[in-house]
Amino acid sequence: MSNDITWLTFFVLSVFVGIEVISKVSSTLHTPLMSGANAIHGVILLGAVLVAGEADGFALVVALVAIVLAAVNMVGGFLVTGRMLQMFTRKPAARKGAER
Amino acid sequence: MESLTIPTWAQLVLLLCAVGFILALKGLSGPRTARAGNLVGAGAATVACALPFFYADLDNVVLILVAIAIGTAIGVVGAQRVQMTQMPQLVALFNGVGGGAAALVALLELRTFADLDELGVDLPVAYLVATGFTILVGSVSFSGSVVTFAKLQELMTSRPVVFPGLPIAFGGAFVAALVVAGLIVGQPAVWAGVVLGLLGLAVGVLLVLPVGGADVPIVISLLNAFTGLTVAAGGYVLQNTVLLVAGTLVGASGTFLTLLMAGAMGRSVPNILFGALKGGSTLGAGQASDRPVRSAGPADVAILLAYAERVIVVPGYGLAVAQAQHTLRELVDLLAERGTKVDYAIHPVAGRMPGHMNVLLAEAQVPYEQLIEMDDINAEFKQTDVVLVVGANDVVNPAARTTPSAPIYGMPILDVDQARQVVFMKRSMRPGFAGIENELLFDPRTTLLFGDAKDSMGKLLAALKAL
Repeated sequence: MSNDITWLTFFVLSVFVGIEVISKVSSTLHTPLMSGANAIHGVILLGAVLVAGEADGFALVVALVAIVLAAVNMVGGFLVTGRMLQMFTRKPAARKGAER
Repeated sequence: MESLTIPTWAQLVLLLCAVGFILALKGLSGPRTARAGNLVGAGAATVACALPFFYADLDNVVLILVAIAIGTAIGVVGAQRVQMTQMPQLVALFNGVGGGAAALVALLELRTFADLDELGVDLPVAYLVATGFTILVGSVSFSGSVVTFAKLQELMTSRPVVFPGLPIAFGGAFVAALVVAGLIVGQPAVWAGVVLGLLGLAVGVLLVLPVGGADVPIVISLLNAFTGLTVAAGGYVLQNTVLLVAGTLVGASGTFLTLLMAGAMGRSVPNILFGALKGGSTLGAGQASDRPVRSAGPADVAILLAYAERVIVVPGYGLAVAQAQHTLRELVDLLAERGTKVDYAIHPVAGRMPGHMNVLLAEAQVPYEQLIEMDDINAEFKQTDVVLVVGANDVVNPAARTTPSAPIYGMPILDVDQARQVVFMKRSMRPGFAGIENELLFDPRTTLLFGDAKDSMGKLLAALKAL
């Protein structure tokens, strides 16, 4: 069972890291941060691929549905976050150009 | 369980991916590093998901690739087509499908466990607990997100939906889910997993129905954290470190972010979730009043603005819906040219989600320096000649300070009522998202300019140019 203690250690340390890394976020970035974090849990795609890799019959169908859902989460999540952030960064340059 | 043995080199790559996710979150929380953070996150996720094709002996590779391609195509189209105003509901939807995927993965693992159990293999209790947790919470996240999507997309009413017996139904479904989860831990069986998933769907719907429209974004954030924890538990079941670490990071940071957002609105999370059930906090009648107000035409408002030395604009969701932010920027630029000092006052929850208004104004290329956050600008309203409130309502509603029974009571607001003159640009007398009347509309210093925000803004701009 010492293996489970290792997993618990990963878990507890990750909790603290997760809180620590975003503790200084400004409210301006709440929306993109939520969206980016949302995309990160799309990595469940990895789990869905592993499960589908050894499934057959109806279980395979279920696993493939899981893959589609997870891919939507991951790919869509990162793209939409990118689109939001692009608007924050593109603007000052465009602005300088306009003032000339 | 067969693919659990991961070669050392692949373990090391997964470790790098886990570090990538930490750096991604770190990057996303700072304005300069946010884009890089997002790219690092996307890279780490891509590498992690590509890895099994190189080390594991996977069957059905073609079908898997086709499924990934379909999901990718849906994600790309969704992310590119979405209007910035509809961003919150899209995030909700992406979050929901992630939770659904995790629940399905856990259900399939449960099937494997059930087979092993029949063969007489002794399964660790912790695996079964984690599997039950993933199925239940993943389903809650899925159905809860679908309901939040429907509320924000206005496919259903955005007001709290409460019916007699809802608390009992919610409690009953929740307790039944715990009982079934207990059965699974006792003896893994697929049918019990399916029942657990269905109960989870019911719990998710019943959890979100009573939440009022203005609070829905907080619930999205909470469900996002739920999905994170679901993925973490799924990672443990699959004995995959990167899933555990990524899921836990999102679960922890998502919970923290939820508390930050609730704090910005002066609400507590239990109050948001269960406030409507207790009754009392659903005061908002959601109806337009017929009390007299002072309304004016664009020409009058233009004169008011032209003679003001200090103007503050309070943009709200209505501005973005009407796509009037570009015209507004022209108006503000024109005023600035005429020597008026103009700033935008941004409430933390302006729009539909914290930080949403910043995204919407950034889209209209409003300079970042003109966006002043609530705490920094509130003291300036006293010296302000005209406040122009465009499509906002709840964030300037003094009821948040004065009416303890109002659903928004306690939420910090922009102190617009302290300015010398207030101009509301509104489509109608309909109350805001929280569904409560705004006393400020009836104040003698207040003038209303009725009409579609884009249309009125265009007329106002023309009138100001003509002066």
